[in-house]
This record gives sequence, structure tokens and C-alpha cells, in this order.
Amino acid sequence: MSGLAYARAASLESATEVIGSHRAAEVIAGGTDLLQRLEEHVLPPPLVVDINGVEGLRAIEVDDHEIRLGALVRLNQVIESAPVRDAFPAIVEALIVTASPQVRNLATVGGNPLQKTRCLYFRDQSTPCNKREPGSGCGALEGRNRINAILGGSEHCIATHPSDFAVAMAALDATVLVVGARGERRLPFTELHRLPGDTPHLEHNLAPDEVIEGYRLTRTPLARHSHYLKVRDRGEFEWAICSAAVALELDHGGRIADARVAVGGVATKPWRLGQVETALQGRQATAEAFAEAAALSVQNAVAHGDNAYKLALLPRTIARALTELRERL
Amino acid sequence: MENASTGAEGGAVQARSTMRVTLEVNGREHALDVQARTTLLDALRDRLHLNGTKKGCALGQCGACTVLMDGERVNACLVLAVMAQGRHITTIEGLRGGDGLLHPLQRAFLDHDGFQCGYCTPGQIMSGVGCIEEGHAGSRAEIRQYMSGNICRCGAYVNIVEAIFETAVGTRP
Ligand SMILES: Cc1cc2nc3c(=O)[nH]c(=O)nc-3n(C[C@H](O)[C@H](O)[C@H](O)COP(=O)(O)OP(=O)(O)OC[C@H]3O[C@@H](n4cnc5c(N)ncnc54)[C@H](O)[C@@H]3O)c2cc1C
Ligand code: SF4
Ligand code: FES
Ligand code: FES
Repeated sequence: MSGLAYARAASLESATEVIGSHRAAEVIAGGTDLLQRLEEHVLPPPLVVDINGVEGLRAIEVDDHEIRLGALVRLNQVIESAPVRDAFPAIVEALIVTASPQVRNLATVGGNPLQKTRCLYFRDQSTPCNKREPGSGCGALEGRNRINAILGGSEHCIATHPSDFAVAMAALDATVLVVGARGERRLPFTELHRLPGDTPHLEHNLAPDEVIEGYRLTRTPLARHSHYLKVRDRGEFEWAICSAAVALELDHGGRIADARVAVGGVATKPWRLGQVETALQGRQATAEAFAEAAALSVQNAVAHGDNAYKLALLPRTIARALTELRERL
Repeated sequence: MENASTGAEGGAVQARSTMRVTLEVNGREHALDVQARTTLLDALRDRLHLNGTKKGCALGQCGACTVLMDGERVNACLVLAVMAQGRHITTIEGLRGGDGLLHPLQRAFLDHDGFQCGYCTPGQIMSGVGCIEEGHAGSRAEIRQYMSGNICRCGAYVNIVEAIFETAVGTRP
């Protein structure tokens, strides 16, 4: 069976030291994605470094200006946080429709954006997959790709990023706090993930020795007026086939002063749609304006057969999310 | 035992592939040697012979393995045994009160026929206890949403929801 080794780190410094010096070692937080990979032999790490003993990473800190989430905060902990619900509704709405209550008691906000894709071929080690085994080919491009991406793909990989939380974080301009051997740095959430290009196995911009310490979210009127809509194959307990995190700020005349739109289930990383945001600005917040702006979401989209339905589903999902949000402003 | 000291000085980090762990299950402590790879689910079933906790998918997708960890419901198949050390684990075998009587939710499952084959039932009951405890059993719709992590292939859902709803109403202060 797999020769997994386990180590427990008492500090993030020692964790970064170990994962930096052991090729393919990974930290383990909630373990909910890592244990699936171990069970199905999908890139099983030879060594996991448990960071749950590290102090100070479990808190949600709130002040007038911002909210800080520690990497080990559990998904259910965020859902139950009144300040987050009030200041960043899209985040709580994204988490309520994430996984199951049992999984959410284990899963952490640090691990969630780094979970692996649900692409059928990635999770099945008997098939070719450039992300799992660089150079082996992509099973999905010509295969069963109903759940795969129409945005951000390459000829090497069209896997979607599966997280709901990450889409809300991208929309709300979150910052990632990163710790590595050379100290700390900050990264805009939208720069955490990479496009597949010709290296789909490289998924994020953390160095081998770097871990996520937590996130910062600045409180803004825009973030308070945010919403998350998830479309999936069944009503509960399923990954998104399409989702949208949206935020709107209206001026006194009911015109859109500022907007944020990010989408999930359709793209290779949590996907901000700058062109849709720009098209919304200055318009009256009407269904017509929403539909016109949302139509721009698929301007650069590429379908691959089974997933062509997403070309229609994506603009409708965005427009509906904006309409639902407008109704409660 | 295969041990390798690694990384930080002063032995801050020790990598092991087999280890002795102490698990506290239903109020009793058990010391056992496990592989790093061993899940809490396999430790409960194969080592402690607590077979009430079921294995369906081993991927977090069915809920048959649901147990309480420090009072919160979790999938035992998604927890490494070594990471469950120092936590209070409650399984279906530990739900019965000290007086030997069934837990009210166990009673309600009997009264409402909340099962057919029974395979999902221990997980449903442990999850139901967590659901009521969290305060997410206020209505049938809320119960359906917050019990979505437990799949029942026999489709006993209607009676499961009734059993949980009745118990939640009965235990409401
Ligand atoms: C049945 C099921 C259904 C699910 N449904 C959904 C869903 O609908 N929507 C959704 O968004 N997600 C869903 N998920 C995924 C789940 O949300 C993630 O698995 C979880 O959030 C990952 O967090 P974790 O703490 O368990 O990560 P782990 O499994 O511990 O780690 C995952 C990865 O992140 C890395 N990592 C963890 N913490 C850090 C850190 N602080 N710094 C650097 N690297 C780190 C690990 O090394 C590993 O590579 C589902 C999961 C299951 C099991
Ligand atoms: S889409 Fe990406 S993850 Fe899926 S088979 Fe192709 S290379 Fe692998
Ligand atoms: S066996 Fe754990 S969720 Fe299915
Ligand atoms: S009673 Fe048979 S699976 Fe639920």
C-alpha cells in the first residue's frame, strides 16, 4: 500500500522548512481532499505535514476596516460568523452550498482553494491526464467533458477549478497571506491560481516552501451587497456546473456605480469577468442591462462538445445572480 | 517502526509511517499501532471492532461513516486516525445513555421506520444528532438541506426527516 509518512508541525516555520526540503511533501489541514487522493491513488503525497497544531490560525478577526480569516478556520465556522455574513454575504452563501455539513466541519479555508479538480480523468489514474501525469495527454478534450471548462483552457487541459469559496474570494478582492522560508508576502487572491497553459500540473503561484497563513478582506459597501448563485446537477451536495459571485453598488439615481463578477464551474481558475463589470458600470440596474453585460462573459469562451451547454448557461447564471441581488438591495 | 527525523532542529518535526496512537472513543481510551495512512473509519471498524460505523464510499460522499468528533459530525473516512488523537470520538455504539436506554433519535427512527436495509442508518442517526445540536432542524426543509451529506439508497428519506423533526421538537427547550 502507499508508504505515507506523517509529521506534525508546531509552527508554520517548521512546516515550510519540511515541505520546502522534501519534494512532493504537502501540508494537511482538514484532509478532505488529500484523503480522497490517498484513497484513489491520485498524486498521493509521500509525506504529509499536519499543521493543525499551529496556534493562531483558527480565528476570524474582525475590525471596522477588515476581516481576517486564519488558514485553519473551518468552513462551517465562517458560515456561523455573523460579521462575515453581514460584510461579505457572497462568501457565506458560497460556503452554505459547499459539500456537506460533515465535510464543512473538517474542511479549512486554507485548503479549499487548493483542492484538486473534479475532472473525471484526473481522478481516474487509469486514464491519460496532463495535470496528473505531464505529457500523458488530456482525456477530457475529446472525451467526457460535460463538467469541464469553457474559459481559460489550453490544448493541454480544460479542467475547471471546483471551489465555490474561491469564486467569492476572487469577486471580493481578497488578499492571501503567504508564509515561506524567506518570510511573509501578500498576494491578490486572483493571482493565487495559474492558467494551465502547457504546464497544467502547476496550479498555483505558491513556492514549494510556501503555505497560506490566512486571508484579509476589506469591508466595502460593494462587498456588503454581494451574492453567490450556484447551479448544479442536484439541489444539494454537488459541485457547481456553473456559478456566479456578484456585487453591485448603486448610486442615488439607481445607476450602477461599481460591480464585481466572478464565475465558477466554467473556468480553469476562479474567474473574474472584467469586461462584464465594465459593461455594467453607469447603466441602470435593469434586467436588460444585466443580460447585455452577461452576454460578454462568453466572448472568449471555447466549448469542447459535451460542455457546449455552458455557453448558454453562463450568461443566464450571471444575469440571474445580478437580478436576485438587485431585488434585495 | 520506520522513523525519519526531518527538517527543523530540536526534533520539532518527526516523520513516521507507523505510530502508536491513543484514541478516545465513547469515553474509553484505546492505544493502538496504526499506519500513517489508516483512517479513523478503518481504525474504528478493523482495529476497535466498532462495526456500527459503516463504510460506503470512503470518499466523503455518502455519510455512512459519520461520527461525532468533539461533538461535531464529521466523515470518519476523511480523518487520519493519527489526527483524531486528543479528540472525543462518539460512534453509534456510544449514543445509548448510561441508563442503557436508546437515544431519543434512535427511538424515533424505530417509531417512524426511518430505515429499510439499515446500512446508512448509523450515519444518518449520528448526523441527525449533529444536525439537531447545531440548531439546523427547525423545519423539514431545513433538515433536508442539512442532512444532504447522508445518502440513503433505499430512499427512506421521508421517514428519516420525520424522525429528526420529531426529536428536534421534543428536545427543544
Ligand atoms: C464529498 C465532498 C464534496 C465536496 N463538495 C464541494 C463543493 O460543492 N464545493 C467546494 O468548493 N468544495 C467541495 N468539496 C471540497 C472541499 O471543500 C475541500 O476538499 C476542502 O475545502 C479542502 O480543505 P481541507 O482543509 O480539507 O484541505 P486538505 O485536504 O487538508 O488539503 C488540500 C490541499 O491544500 C493544501 N493545503 C491545505 N492547507 C494549506 C495551507 N494553509 N497552505 C498551503 N497549502 C494548504 C494541501 O497541501 C493539499 O494540497 C467537497 C469535498 C468532499 C469530500
Ligand atoms: S482536462 Fe486537465 S485534468 Fe482533465 S484530463 Fe485533461 S489534463 Fe487532465
Ligand atoms: S464512507 Fe465516509 S462518507 Fe462514505
Ligand atoms: S436504509 Fe438502506 S441505505 Fe438507507
